[in-house]
Amino acid sequence: MDLLNGLVVLANFVLIPATAYGSQLALGALGVTLIYSILRFSNFAHGDTMAFGTMVTILATWGLQSAGIGFGPLPTALLALPVGIFGAALLLLATDRLVYRFYRAQRVKPVILVIVSTGVMFIYNGLTRFIIGPDDQNFADGERFVMSARDFKALTGLDEGLALKTTQAITVVTAIVVMVALFWFLNRTRTGKSMRAYSDNEDLALLSGINPERVVRVTWILVAALATIAGTLYGLDKSFKAFTYFQLLLPIFASAIVGGIGSPIGAIAGGFIIAYSEVIFTYAWKRVVGYMVPEGMEPDGLLQLLGTDYKFAVSFVILVIVLLIRPTGLFQGKSI
Amino acid sequence: MRTLALFALVAALILGTGFVQSWNSALIILNMGLVSAIMALGVNLQWGLAGLFNVGVMGFVAVGGLAVVLTSVAPVPEAWAAGGWRVVAALALGAAAIALSVLAWKRLGRGLRAIAVLIIAGLGFVAYRALLDPAVAAIEAVNPAISGNIGGLGLPVLLAWPVGGLLAAGVAWVIGKTALGLRSDYLAIATLGIAEIIVAVMKNEDWLARGVKNMIGLPRPVPYEVDLQGDPAFVERAASFGFDATTASTLYVKIGYSLMFTAVLVALLVLAQLALNSPWGRMMRAIRDNEEAAEAMGKDVTARHLQVFILGSMLCGIAGAMMTTLDGQLTPSSYQPLRYTFLIWVMVIVGGSGNNLGAVLGGFLVWFLWVQVEPMGQWFMGVVTAGMADGSWLKDHLLGSVQHMRLLTMGVIMLVVLRFAPRGLLPER
Repeated sequence: MDLLNGLVVLANFVLIPATAYGSQLALGALGVTLIYSILRFSNFAHGDTMAFGTMVTILATWGLQSAGIGFGPLPTALLALPVGIFGAALLLLATDRLVYRFYRAQRVKPVILVIVSTGVMFIYNGLTRFIIGPDDQNFADGERFVMSARDFKALTGLDEGLALKTTQAITVVTAIVVMVALFWFLNRTRTGKSMRAYSDNEDLALLSGINPERVVRVTWILVAALATIAGTLYGLDKSFKAFTYFQLLLPIFASAIVGGIGSPIGAIAGGFIIAYSEVIFTYAWKRVVGYMVPEGMEPDGLLQLLGTDYKFAVSFVILVIVLLIRPTGLFQGKSI
Repeated sequence: MRTLALFALVAALILGTGFVQSWNSALIILNMGLVSAIMALGVNLQWGLAGLFNVGVMGFVAVGGLAVVLTSVAPVPEAWAAGGWRVVAALALGAAAIALSVLAWKRLGRGLRAIAVLIIAGLGFVAYRALLDPAVAAIEAVNPAISGNIGGLGLPVLLAWPVGGLLAAGVAWVIGKTALGLRSDYLAIATLGIAEIIVAVMKNEDWLARGVKNMIGLPRPVPYEVDLQGDPAFVERAASFGFDATTASTLYVKIGYSLMFTAVLVALLVLAQLALNSPWGRMMRAIRDNEEAAEAMGKDVTARHLQVFILGSMLCGIAGAMMTTLDGQLTPSSYQPLRYTFLIWVMVIVGGSGNNLGAVLGGFLVWFLWVQVEPMGQWFMGVVTAGMADGSWLKDHLLGSVQHMRLLTMGVIMLVVLRFAPRGLLPER
């Protein structure tokens, strides 16, 4: 029985990766939830918006790298983020002007907007593949580890190592900064308050002189920022591939709905719930349990509840359970 | 009139392919066009008739493909001896645990039920895995290079088409029971998820249909080209029409498929038209246009939605089984949502939602475009890059990315139709 080593294994393979993944999902779900509360539809193009923003960031990163500009121990992509956000914002604003505004003026049913967003998804997906191709792109540079497994072992004298990748640390720190900034914006600034007013009651907000087009524009810009940051962090942590971002749509929707769609705090909670459950259900617990139980009782099997390929099934099952038991989500989101 | 003209246009496009490119590629387009038309018919039942947004078409198509393997492939007796029945028992146990959990949730009081369900589901899962894992390992150890799966029932392959429909209907029942009656876009997200899960299961459960190792050489309802070429009578007849044996045999096989698929499509289309114009169809449209009013008239909206959702998914399952039969192989990794879900949606929207003939037309037309956009794009990029210097990176990049033009074109077509002709080419009457 060796509790300390067991805890280190747990932190190394479950807690740290799940926290990083949860931050990425939370940022993605915040974007979905913002669109839902202001524009009132589920945006199926969100995953591909993330892919597009990340692609622009990658192109800018390559530009900086070839100009010899780096960011010290941190990935250059962080420097390139503003460019990516700008690119994604331009794309989203142009889409809104050309596509969504027409339907907004007609006040169509939300499901029509969902269908329109799948058309937009096709175009974004095609654009991304057209410009950067469908292959894996690795664009992380800088220091690889904040603390490598070997350093940790030397430092503590334990048998098990605890590695903390730079990208994981950056993901969590960036996510916290972005979330604090977003909540400050929504609760303290005039624009943020008008956005919340518009989301709560459109007609009343219009009566009190809020300009709806301005609210919508600000929303798209915020969404571009959130999507690009989430996508870049995910790409740094794993790798960039256009198709994976499309697949992220399901866990992101699950996060937003589990937390309560339309509720920002719910999106964050949902992101972490989904991420932790995915990791917990697909991790092989053999080594952790092996350390935790008394000598001679170590398990034979892998103790893996589900294969890693079924991680989408985990988010899906949680989603279904929440829909059946509490359709408004944990934090009382909207329900039309 | 308009209907006739548009169908004539599609026929001209396919015949044109025959004259300009080759009859072989024209028949390939025609066959997949027929399959796509059936899928579009299914989605049109759900969306056009009932307003249900199903984005899990890929899942139902894949289930249909799985049905071909489970029905027509010869069984592997060694695998059944090694663990086939244990797998069946494990699946039954899993289903029983789920049913028991649902029952417990419905019958027990508020405080107790959460704990009871957790215990039942937890114990059920452990027992299920304990029974399933060794059985699966035993099956996959049987001759892994060529089988390692349980095989099928060894029945005629044509039976797989209705079986595919039934399997898809079963899946649709489960989804419909949980997600219908909730908000409209929740159904979309639920179907999106289930489709991904179905494909994940087909990729990973090697004991079922060999997973990503693929099932090849599935039985066919038509003769093999090689046999035809070896048949002197056939070669003679081909020669009398002025064909050599190889071309004649490929065309003969493809025409065989075309005739069979046309028969299925016509039968389903007639049924769909009868349904559309029956009192049942009028009721469905009434529900679609105003749910509250229909409910006030005493219609059970959720039950009717479930019914039409199952019917539509069944058509997708049948089409999926037909497609796998046509391909002669099941390759789970080829199921991509953009191709099998969203492309079908483009077909329905372009053709005209609510109009069965429109959906069929959209199926043919959009499939034709999907196939032909690539050569067109190639030509277009050739013209655009003609002035550029050879070997410049931009020219290489543009020529290399032509294949991704498809998605872009489909998105643009979909948005343009939605904006300027939201009722499609053949509007609902």
